[in-house]
Amino acid sequence: MNTVDAKACPIIANHIKVALVGQPNVGKSMLINSVSNAHLHVGNFSGVTVDKTEVLFDYKDYHFTVVDLPGTYAFTDYTIEERVTHEYLCAEDYDIIINVVDSTNLEKNLQLTSELLTMSKKVVIALNMSDEATKEGININAEYMAELIGVPCIKVSAATKEGIAELIEAVMLKHETPKNKPKLVFSESVEEEIAQLVWYLDKHKFKSTNSYRNIAINLLKGNKKTYAKLHDEPIWVELQPILIEASKHIELHHDSDDIKESFAEEYASFNRGIAAEVLKQKKQEEKKTLTEKIDSVLIHPLFGIPIFLFFMWLLFQLTFEIGNIPMDYIDMFFTWFGNTIGATIANDDIRSLIVDGVIAGVGAVVLFVPNIIILFIGIALLEGTGYMSRVAFLLDGFFHKFGLHGQSFIPLVTGFGCSIPAYMSARILKNDRDRLLTLFIIGFMSCGARLPVYVLFAGAFFAPDMAGNILFGIYVSGALLGLVAAKVLKITAFKGKDEPFVMEMPKYRLPTFKLIWHTVLTKTMMYLKKAGTFIAGASMLIWFLSNYPHNSELIKSYETKIETTQDKALKLRLGHQLSEAELEQSYLGTIGKFSEPLFTPLGFDWKMSVALQAGLAAKEVVVSTLGVLYALGSDVDQESSSLMGAISKNIPFPSAVAFIVVIMIYLPCLAASIVFTREAGHIKYFFYLFAFTSVAAYVMAFIAYNVTLLLV
Amino acid sequence: MKTLLDCHKACKVKILKLNTSGDLKQRLISFGIMKGAEVEVLEHAPAKSTIEIKVGKMRIALRGEEAKLIDVEKI
Repeated sequence: MNTVDAKACPIIANHIKVALVGQPNVGKSMLINSVSNAHLHVGNFSGVTVDKTEVLFDYKDYHFTVVDLPGTYAFTDYTIEERVTHEYLCAEDYDIIINVVDSTNLEKNLQLTSELLTMSKKVVIALNMSDEATKEGININAEYMAELIGVPCIKVSAATKEGIAELIEAVMLKHETPKNKPKLVFSESVEEEIAQLVWYLDKHKFKSTNSYRNIAINLLKGNKKTYAKLHDEPIWVELQPILIEASKHIELHHDSDDIKESFAEEYASFNRGIAAEVLKQKKQEEKKTLTEKIDSVLIHPLFGIPIFLFFMWLLFQLTFEIGNIPMDYIDMFFTWFGNTIGATIANDDIRSLIVDGVIAGVGAVVLFVPNIIILFIGIALLEGTGYMSRVAFLLDGFFHKFGLHGQSFIPLVTGFGCSIPAYMSARILKNDRDRLLTLFIIGFMSCGARLPVYVLFAGAFFAPDMAGNILFGIYVSGALLGLVAAKVLKITAFKGKDEPFVMEMPKYRLPTFKLIWHTVLTKTMMYLKKAGTFIAGASMLIWFLSNYPHNSELIKSYETKIETTQDKALKLRLGHQLSEAELEQSYLGTIGKFSEPLFTPLGFDWKMSVALQAGLAAKEVVVSTLGVLYALGSDVDQESSSLMGAISKNIPFPSAVAFIVVIMIYLPCLAASIVFTREAGHIKYFFYLFAFTSVAAYVMAFIAYNVTLLLV
Repeated sequence: MKTLLDCHKACKVKILKLNTSGDLKQRLISFGIMKGAEVEVLEHAPAKSTIEIKVGKMRIALRGEEAKLIDVEKI
C-alpha cells in the first residue's frame, strides 16, 4: 500500500473508486486510517467528518480511491452532512459502496444499509467493531447475512486491523463480478404494489440505469430525485394515477397517512428480520452496561454540571501549572540561541532584525507550546471518550434559554482549541439560523492562541498559585459573555423557531494512545508551523515598523548627553529614554499615536493599541508585539521577568483588565475569519461579525475599565 | 394520552404515535423512534429540559418539547 505510487502513476493500473458510507460514529474514519495508514481525525461523537475526504492507496493491481463521506442515519437530508452524503451517492461517479456497520448495533445500522440497497450500486458491507461485538457476546453470521441480503458482508475491526485485507479482497472481487440484485423484501401489500409498478414500467420498456424494482420503491417512498426524473417522461401521465392508488393502499395497510412513515416501518421490519436471523447474542441478565453506569454519575441531574465544571477547571489548572514547568528551559534555549546566532552577524541592523525581531518573536510563541499541548490533550479526550455528547445533553436546557442549541456545545468547545475547526464543526447544526448564531459566538470561546496573552497578564498581576484560577475565570467569563451575546443575537438578528434537539449518545470509549497522540501532534505541528512562518514574518514586520525611520539627530543628542555624564544610573536612564523616544517616532509609534485617542477611554496607551491591532492577524502576535514594544532590545517573552515586570509596572491594573476583555471578544485571527466567511456562506456575515465583535469588545472593555477603576 | 415526557426514569414504553410531521418526524424515524418501537427512559436533565432514552441499543437525547409530541403506552 504505497500512497506515493498511487499519485505518481494513476493510469497504468485499474482504478476502484470506493464511497465509504455509514451511520455517524461507526468508525468510518478509523477504518480508512487502518486501510491506508492515513491519519484522519477520529472522534467519538457524530459529525467528525464534516466534509468528504479522499484517501489514495494501492493494493495488488489496483489503485484505490476511498471517499470518506460524512455519517448519515438515513437519506433524510436533515443536516448538511446528510445532504453532502446523499448528493454524492446519487450524483457522483464511483464504482462501489463500502457500507460500514457497527456490529454491536446491527439492527439500527441496517436502516441505512437497506436504503443503500435500493441504489443500484455495488455494495460491500463492512461489519466493523467485530472485536467489540465479540466482547459483548454478540455473534453475527456474516455468510448467512450475505446470502440473505445478497451482498458480501465482511467482519472487520478498524481498531485491531483484523479483516481489513479480506475487506479489500471482497471489494476487488465485487468490482470484477457483474452487478447482482440485492434482496430487499417488503411486506406482501407493498410487494404487490411494487410488482404492479414494475409490470407497468416493463410494459412501456422504460429506459433507465436503475432497476425497475428500485424505481418503483423510490417512487413509492416519495424520493424527490426519482420523481423529478420521471416527471418529464411521457409515461408519467399514466403512471401517476397508478402511483397515487398504490400509495393509498400502502397507507391504508399501515393505518397511517404518511407514506414515508409507512416505508420506515417496512424497512424497520425488514431490518428486524435480518437481525433476528443472523444475530446470536448470549443471554445476558439485565445488568447495566458500563456506559450506563458511567452515565448515572456523569449526567446526574444534580451532580452532572458541577462535575463538568470541575473537569474544565482541572484542565485549565493543569494547563497553567504543568505547562509552566518547561517554560524556563525554552526561554533559556532561545536566549542562548539568539546570543549564539547574534555573535555570528556583523551588521548591527541585520543582527537586531534576526535576534530581536525573528528569534524573540518566534521564541515568545514557541514558549507556549507546553500549555497548548495540555489544552489539546484535554479537548482530544473530551472528543474521543464520548463525554462531549453528555455535556450537550446536560447543557441543552441551559443553552436553550439563551437561544442556542445543545449541539452548539460541540463547536463551542472545539473553539477553546482553535476557532477554525470549530467553525467547520458547526455544520452539525441543521438549521441555518442556529448555525449562524453558533458561528457568531464561537469567537467568544477563547482559542489556544489567546492563551499566551492570558498567561502573560495573569502572571504579571497575580501570584502563581492564583494564576490558574484566573485563567479558568477568564475562559468561563468569555463563555458566559458568549451566551449573553447569543441571547442578544437571538432576539434581534436570528429570530425564529427553534431546531429540535435529537442526538445520539455514543457509547463511552477509551481513545487509544495513538489516536490522542496523532490529534495532538497534528494540532501542535500546525501551531509550530504558524510560529515558524506567519509569526516570524509578522515579527519582522513589527521589528521594522518599530525601528524605522531612524532619527540620527535624536540619537546624537542623547549620545552626547550619555557621554558627558559620569553617573552610571543616569546613563542607564538616558539609554532607556533614548529607546523610548526612538520608538515613539517610529512608524509603529506613529500608527499607535494616531489610534490612541480611540483607545484612551479604555485606558490603553499607544503600545497596547498597536498590539491589539496587530492581534487582528493572529493572537500570538499580541505577545510578540508587546514584547518588542515594552522590552525593546532585551529578551522578548512573557516568562522573562522583564516583560512580565514591564507589564505590571507600565500597565495599570484596570487597563490590563480592559485589554483582556478586548482580547476575549474581538476577531480571532485572519485565518479563522476566512473560514468563518466560507462557513457562513457570504462575505456580508464577516462584516457583521467584525462590527458585532468590535462594538461588543469596545463596550465591554469600557465597562470593565471603569468598574475596575472604581473597585481598585 | 400519555406522552414520553410523562414517563418516569427506568420506565419502559411502546410508541403509539408521533404527533409531528415533516423534518422532525423524519429525524425521529431515522433514529428508530417510530410507531411500535420500544423505548426506555434512562435519565432526565434538570427540570426535564432534556431526556435520555434508549431505543434498541442506541441511547438518544431529546428535548422535553419533542418528547411531549410522542404518544406512548406502558408495557
